[in-house]
Amino acid sequence: MRIYATYNIKGGVGKTTAAVNLACLAAADGLRTVLWDLDPQGAASFMFRVKPRVKGGGKALIRGKRTLDEAIKGTDFGNLDLIPADFTYRNMDLLLDSNGSNGSNASKGRGASNGGGGSGSSPGGKPARRLGELLAPLAGEYDAVFLDCPPSISLVSENVLHAADVIVVPLIPTTLSVRTMEQLADFVDGFNGHRPDVVAFFSMVDRRKKLHREITQEIFPERVVAAATAVPALSVIERMSAERAPVTAFAPRSAASRAFRGLWAEVQDVG
Amino acid sequence: MTPDLASFKASPDRDPVADDTAAADDTAAGNPAVGERDEWGGVVAAVTAALGQGFTVVPDRTAPRGTERRTWFDTYDWRLFRAGLLLEYVPGRRGGELRLTSATQASAAQAGATQASATNASAARAGAAAANRNSSASEVLVQPVTGWQSSRPHHACDIPPGIVAIRVGKVIAPRALLPVATVIQSTAVSRLLNADAKTVARLVVERPALSAGRQSGRQRSRLAPRFTIQPVRGYPGQARRAARLLEGTEGVTKAEGTLLEDALAALGAAPADYSGKVDAPVTATMPASQAVAVILLRLLDTLEANTNGVLRDIDTEFLHDFRVAVRRSRTALKLFGDALAETETGTGPGTRARTAPRRATPRDIEWAAAEFKWLGDLTTPTRDLDVHLLGFEDMTARLRAAKPDDLEPFRNYLAERRAREFRALARGLRSPRFGDLTRRWRDILTPIGAGGGRGSGASIRSGEISAAALAADRTRRAFVKVARRGGAITPDSPHESLHNLRKRCKELRYALEFFAPLHDPAAYGKVVGDLKKLQGCLGDFQDSVVQVDEIRLLATSMQAAGEAPAVTLLAMGEIASGLAATQASARADFERRFVAFAGTDGRRRMSALLRGGARSGGSRSGGAG
Ligand SMILES: Nc1ncnc2c1ncn2[C@@H]1O[C@H](COP(=O)(O)OP(=O)(O)OP(=O)(O)O)[C@@H](O)[C@H]1O
Ligand SMILES: [Mg+2]
Repeated sequence: MRIYATYNIKGGVGKTTAAVNLACLAAADGLRTVLWDLDPQGAASFMFRVKPRVKGGGKALIRGKRTLDEAIKGTDFGNLDLIPADFTYRNMDLLLDSNGSNGSNASKGRGASNGGGGSGSSPGGKPARRLGELLAPLAGEYDAVFLDCPPSISLVSENVLHAADVIVVPLIPTTLSVRTMEQLADFVDGFNGHRPDVVAFFSMVDRRKKLHREITQEIFPERVVAAATAVPALSVIERMSAERAPVTAFAPRSAASRAFRGLWAEVQDVG
Repeated sequence: MTPDLASFKASPDRDPVADDTAAADDTAAGNPAVGERDEWGGVVAAVTAALGQGFTVVPDRTAPRGTERRTWFDTYDWRLFRAGLLLEYVPGRRGGELRLTSATQASAAQAGATQASATNASAARAGAAAANRNSSASEVLVQPVTGWQSSRPHHACDIPPGIVAIRVGKVIAPRALLPVATVIQSTAVSRLLNADAKTVARLVVERPALSAGRQSGRQRSRLAPRFTIQPVRGYPGQARRAARLLEGTEGVTKAEGTLLEDALAALGAAPADYSGKVDAPVTATMPASQAVAVILLRLLDTLEANTNGVLRDIDTEFLHDFRVAVRRSRTALKLFGDALAETETGTGPGTRARTAPRRATPRDIEWAAAEFKWLGDLTTPTRDLDVHLLGFEDMTARLRAAKPDDLEPFRNYLAERRAREFRALARGLRSPRFGDLTRRWRDILTPIGAGGGRGSGASIRSGEISAAALAADRTRRAFVKVARRGGAITPDSPHESLHNLRKRCKELRYALEFFAPLHDPAAYGKVVGDLKKLQGCLGDFQDSVVQVDEIRLLATSMQAAGEAPAVTLLAMGEIASGLAATQASARADFERRFVAFAGTDGRRRMSALLRGGARSGGSRSGGAG
């Protein structure tokens, strides 16, 4: 079982779009695939027409009262299942924190605003690895897991980065995006033991903009694999929320689908 | 994966031809019999309409569509089916595949548990049913094969090596697989959508039609369509709801049997409709004459059921079952024949019958006995050679000094002899004499078996005895013979005395089996079990004696024909010495087996068994002697 996560601290960069389409392509390749919509907004769940609701909410999952297995819903696509979002995921940070091995003392003060540098090496790493533990029992049943993260740095995203084998980062080409990548690379380098691969790709690329054309040639930190495939800004991708389906499913011959297939090939190859 | 929630099918008892909605639906692609009247189209439309009350029903374009041809195979005596296995061949574009579906032990056990009084046959049926539903409780093995011919019989050794061949080979040998039925089936999948246009379950519609056999001029006939609701993970309630809607549709019932059973029913057959067992429908209170005729008719059925297989030389067991039916008929005539004949002149047990309208004459009985003896003699040489050939592998495996190849000339010689003997046998079975025998014998037996013409439950005429009384009397006599002759055997007795005892044991065994339905099952099981062991011992003894003699004769004739290399003769000698050892150990075992069956306890068990039978017959027979 390989775990992929789409991640960026910034919102609206194409994380959900990438997660939904890559998962759909993985499933079409014959991999038994499950996508976990971790964003309380439920954008990915909406895309698959699944109600953003989990029995017992995030609490029951984190506390182990219910298994992930029970929450799984089949999508309309063969090999592809979904773990829906739930409104209660917005309290996920608190839940993860209070679920730490010895109460909350070890991870006090580590919240949504302070999840960055150095916490990978901090003691009492348990709360940061809870999601990975929850996913472990699915190993027999699935070949690929996709985690769609909400934006921001939080205990949730820290969990996701620990659990993932491959982190897929959509970047809107700006000079700032290089900085973002450097920070992420440093953070991941601070992990003991298991370190995920990081793949970055340019998302919503507008070929008419000079800056976009230039920045795509920028060089990233060594730690990061820069995908050769960029996903252009295309109106057909915006149509996904109206169609409530991945673009690779409703417009498989579009330029958008071609781009996601190219990206999937590269993402699969890392590591 | 979640198992299919439920299987349904159009109920066969509705009047299928009444529908005319069929024609429009029939033009849909993938229908197996386009152009023919589709008597089931209405049910399919009704199902779609019923599900439409709860869901939006749309065709599933991602699901594979099209038609599939499935041919089931089994041995003539249904060995696979009885073992809870279904074997089918499905041709594909590049070669085809053999699919073996087996109910797991868990589900077989479950099937047994839910049917408290399940017999072996019905447990097997339930197991096979589970297997055919492809439920999660079943296991499917798939083996690709090329050049498989569906219309031919296949021996275990003809199945190309593979996973299915391994599993099936052990179960069927030495029988051959025969095509049982062929169905052409189209499958269409629909998605059931909720208000968000999300798929929450699927409807699978399978529309089978019986494929016309090449020989029979039969029209291709449609079978009841089958409907399955496939749940989508995380939406169990929706699948249950869909199943309820299906179940509530007029003309739809839960599918209990397998598709194979539907196909067979359309062919006028049923699974496991052949068995070599006697299974005659005798009752304790039936007139003795009627019971004996019923038994003999049943044996005649078995004989005729096997004739074609013998002549086509499909596998050795047709001849074996044929011969068993012959031997049983001879025994029935010998032990019970007088009950069939006119009692004015005969000396049946009990008092004289005055007015028995339909009976055989003593000459009929004599004639039948002579004809069955002829059939026995006609088939003996081929069967003896079959036995040698069937045991050949075991025989070569036991060689220590000689090499297995040394025996190859012996095998070839046996095979040639067998081919010659078989030709003579086939001539006999194609002769008018055999046709006359079966026809005339049936003519004689049928009115007697019908109870003197009075259709329902003939009652015993004054002076005639009941089936139970006859059974008890003759079985007791047969037992007394066994006990007396066996008791007289000492370690110094000649071979012949054991051979003779073996024959008497066989007669006794058949007498017990003919009237098995009259006996208490537990008591019967114990008695027959002990008898079987004694017979096994006597059989080992006699078979090895006979085989040693035969090997000596065969060696001589092989040498005379110039076909006997020295190493082959040496190997044959080694085989003979092995047989002599078997013979000695069987001889040593005899005393123990005999005492177990016919010692003090054995006698007590036998008379208890027969008392039970006589009591339920309502009249007591005179003492044996
Ligand atoms: N390549 C693209 N071309 C055009 N529109 C795009 C493209 N990628 C994403 N979008 C649109 O941008 C919006 C945000 O995309 P998406 O939801 O994938 O981003 P996100 O990073 O998951 O956002 P959030 O941080 O809110 O979860 C959506 O409306 C989506 O349709
Ligand atoms: Mg998102």
